[in-house]
Amino acid sequence: MRPILLQGHERSLTQIKFNREGDLLFSCSKDHVINVWFTHNGERLGTYDGHNGTVWTLDVDTQTRFLVSGSADNTLRLWDIQSGKCLYKWEFPTAVKRVAFSEDDDQVVCVTEQRMGYQGAIRVFNINREGDGRDQSPEPVSFFNPTGSKAVVCAFAHIPSLILTGHESGKVALFDAKTGEEVNSNQRAHMDLITDIQLSPDRSYFITSSKDKTARIHDTRTLMVIKTFTTETPLNSAALAPKKPYVLLGGGQDAMSVTTTSLRQGKFETRFWHKIFEEEVGRVKGHFGPVNTIAVSPNGDCYASGGEDGFVRVHHFDESYFRAKPYGDLEIED
Amino acid sequence: MAIDGVNGIHDDEGIDYSDIEAKYKVQYDEGLDNILVVDGVPVIDKSKLEKLLARISKEFGRKGAPIKPDDMHVPWDDKSGKSKGIIFMEFKNADDAAYAMAAMNGHPFDAKHTFSVNRFIDVEKYTNMDENWVEPEPEPYKPKEHLRAWLGDPQGRDQYATYRGDQVEIHWHGKPSQCEIAHERNGWTDLYVSWSPLGTYLASLHRQGVRLWGGSSWEAQQRFAHPFVKLIDFSPCENYLVTWSHDPIVVPEGAQQGPQFFSPEDEGNNIAVWDIKTGNLLRTFPSLLPESEDGTKRQMQWPALKWSADDKFVGRVTPGSQISVYELPSMRLHDKKSIKIEGVADFEWCPHGEKDRDEAEKAEKAGKKVKENMLAYWTPEVANQPARVTVINFPTRSILRQKNLFNVTECKLYWQNQGDFLCVKVDRHTKTKKSIFCNLEIFRVREKDFPVEVVELKDAVTDFSWEPKGERFAIISSNDPNLGNPGPGVTIKTDVSFYQHVRSKGDFKLIRTLPGRTSNTIRWSPRGRHVVLATVGSSTKSELEFWDLDFNSDDRREGAEKSEKEWGASVQHLGTADHYALTDAEWDPSGRYLATSASAWRHTLENGYAIWDFRGQELEKHILDRFKQFLWRPRPRTLLTKEQLRQVRRNLKEYSRTFDEEDAAEESNVSAELIAQRKRLVDEWNAWRIRAKEELAADRSRSGKKPAPKEKPKEEEAKEEIEVWIDEVIEQIEEEVVE
Repeated sequence: MRPILLQGHERSLTQIKFNREGDLLFSCSKDHVINVWFTHNGERLGTYDGHNGTVWTLDVDTQTRFLVSGSADNTLRLWDIQSGKCLYKWEFPTAVKRVAFSEDDDQVVCVTEQRMGYQGAIRVFNINREGDGRDQSPEPVSFFNPTGSKAVVCAFAHIPSLILTGHESGKVALFDAKTGEEVNSNQRAHMDLITDIQLSPDRSYFITSSKDKTARIHDTRTLMVIKTFTTETPLNSAALAPKKPYVLLGGGQDAMSVTTTSLRQGKFETRFWHKIFEEEVGRVKGHFGPVNTIAVSPNGDCYASGGEDGFVRVHHFDESYFRAKPYGDLEIED
Repeated sequence: MAIDGVNGIHDDEGIDYSDIEAKYKVQYDEGLDNILVVDGVPVIDKSKLEKLLARISKEFGRKGAPIKPDDMHVPWDDKSGKSKGIIFMEFKNADDAAYAMAAMNGHPFDAKHTFSVNRFIDVEKYTNMDENWVEPEPEPYKPKEHLRAWLGDPQGRDQYATYRGDQVEIHWHGKPSQCEIAHERNGWTDLYVSWSPLGTYLASLHRQGVRLWGGSSWEAQQRFAHPFVKLIDFSPCENYLVTWSHDPIVVPEGAQQGPQFFSPEDEGNNIAVWDIKTGNLLRTFPSLLPESEDGTKRQMQWPALKWSADDKFVGRVTPGSQISVYELPSMRLHDKKSIKIEGVADFEWCPHGEKDRDEAEKAEKAGKKVKENMLAYWTPEVANQPARVTVINFPTRSILRQKNLFNVTECKLYWQNQGDFLCVKVDRHTKTKKSIFCNLEIFRVREKDFPVEVVELKDAVTDFSWEPKGERFAIISSNDPNLGNPGPGVTIKTDVSFYQHVRSKGDFKLIRTLPGRTSNTIRWSPRGRHVVLATVGSSTKSELEFWDLDFNSDDRREGAEKSEKEWGASVQHLGTADHYALTDAEWDPSGRYLATSASAWRHTLENGYAIWDFRGQELEKHILDRFKQFLWRPRPRTLLTKEQLRQVRRNLKEYSRTFDEEDAAEESNVSAELIAQRKRLVDEWNAWRIRAKEELAADRSRSGKKPAPKEKPKEEEAKEEIEVWIDEVIEQIEEEVVE
């Protein structure tokens, strides 16, 4: 499995995303730039310039038409993927930490940072897909401030009326998108900050990674923990591999203490764990800093990791990855 | 009566207290402790009394036990009017009396009279003694556990001890399913644990001394009271134990006395020699801290006492002057004199090979004289005298071989473990004394006149190791400028070389050199053939290399012949492994497994241990914080005769078949369990998925917004293969042809 090294960012990666077909890879980083790449050869297709601060997050719709991104310049932007033009800009009092499209592409949810007297907020916007996309409503259809520990990651749950959030304290919760009411929560889902949340294709379960060195799979409806993957380093990202019963975990020593730890000890590998048996099956080395974000292509034939070192590494799985049945013939539901 | 009791009035008269009185009767004899009875005094008339008492008083005073005539009492025979020839003396206290008794007992008063002094209470005690001897009740026999019970393990497993935090654990090591903890104890030791050389005992060190444990339930077997003991060393046959403490021995007032305890003569010493079976103290020594030329105290050598292979002698070197050899079990200086050698620096006993042991046994049975021990020592260069290595016989002390050496800075003596060869590693300096290089002087001890072969090397040799039971050795040499001044993060580049004895020529020839390594440790398998090169104690490198030196041939002899043709072809690299920040590497006694450990005594990075097979495959790895020690339990010598060993080797295939069957059964057993477990997990997951999907569909239809998720079109993405031909002109050459 020979990786393709994507060298287009000058600072550490914050999030990467594949489009639905898996032929394009979007990446954003602390250097204010969003890049889009061809997955199969690693060629850069283009950039989305305009943000004035660290781009924390992005998401692509299912038709690969619109891209939303959230940044530390306190804006949420909507981009035309094809032309690279910024179509609309929403401004907030604080930085945008996480954005996500709904399943039907009609809505976008975002989390803004709690800072300078402003509470952390969750907003839902309707996306007007008619016309050229420049005609958007500046007002959110829903706006609420979750109380208690601040939300850091979010996504639409299995039904669009519910929003799934991960919190600083390690809590996961479900909010009613209209009323902002907390419908369900699991206070002790993790013991520390939740760093990433990624849902299964049908949104019936999701995986979270946390600084408490574990990743967990939860049932979206009940928020019950189904599986736990315990590693020896803080985790920054966790992804579900479609078609194969694996989860991919990335992390490593804190960026702060990286200079004082050797590569050997940093554990900057991407780790493959068996989703059901909760045991590690393999590791992929490469980054020389912590892995910040991992994404798996929706058709499951490749994955990419973005690191604190500023590189994105795209790995196309070998033939043997699909053929191998390390645990024998087991029928596992996706 | 009850009413009386309530009113506090007791009727004491009616109760018989005699039993209690007898029990708590105060022993008055102590009061007579200071009275002595002197017998053998001249029989006198009353008239001479004063004169006699004055004389006795003077005699006692001269010996430092002054007694006034008033304190002496002379009993008289009323009939004859003469004295009875005894005197009672009353001293101030029991101590004075004891001293007087020690000083004056057996004192010749004059030609005819000799005093015999006894304690008054003793006289009484022995007079009252029952004259009839009663046979003491023999103690009922308590069967002890077999100390080598672990060897009877039906699966033939080895054991190892680990020490982590305060916890000492004894593990069985076998197939994955047979690895289990045999015994564990919290706070078993205060410092560390140690196996005896044949694995019979486990020693633990405490503030009070050393304890030995053994048997299948790990009961205490023996103890040696040496306060603040820090180092211990067993004799090779497990008969004796040497202990060392930094604090000199102090015998406080009222300390326990006996053969197992220190007596006042031992005060101030640091080293003690004990008999393991009886627990008796044999002798103590002060620890010699040799002062080097610049006057600073050098580190003490340990073991301070070196044992001969048969436990019959133990030697101690006084650097610069002599080697003192003591006989056992008496621990007396052999022949009442040390071996005086001007300038002697160090010595080593020759180990006994299997052949020697067999011969010794035979000789002992036949009543013949057993072959003598050998020891080798070296003396450094002094003035015009060259440095010298000498091999002598012991106890006859006759010189067998001597060799002079020049430009020597340091020598080290390495006996091969069968006693076939002696290698003297000589660190030599160039004339300018700026750089060091190395010579290996190899004595072939089994041959006549001990021929010496010299292997000259250009670099400094940092480690040397004989192949156990073999004719090969490995060295680590280095010309790294950083050698000798280690700093943090400095890794010293080294070369590893293997040499082999060529029988036909009688010399040692290089088999192979592995250049550019970082290894600093050689670990031969106890069976020979396999060797591991490790980089130990480095924070950046931690490689383990597994080598096989007889790869091409199953039989060793055959390999030797073959190697005539392709010299060095049988050396094969088996594998490379890595154990981060390892501090120790040790083969198990069977030579099948290697254990590496990272001890918290040296650093705190990823402490723990790992076990590898001889090819470098990891079998087990445990990262345990506060992990301190890993020790394989040694095995005693095999009880099989040579013939039996040969038979086993011949029928190896037969045996291995049964083992293979066991392995297969075990594997299927384990995997069956595992498969069942996995099956269960998968079933649980699948059941949950089906339920979740149903609920999801229900939720979605209830929310009404969208019907059930559209089935994803399962069209296979058509992949189009486009072949592109690219013509590329690499070079164009125009040639002009002149006609």
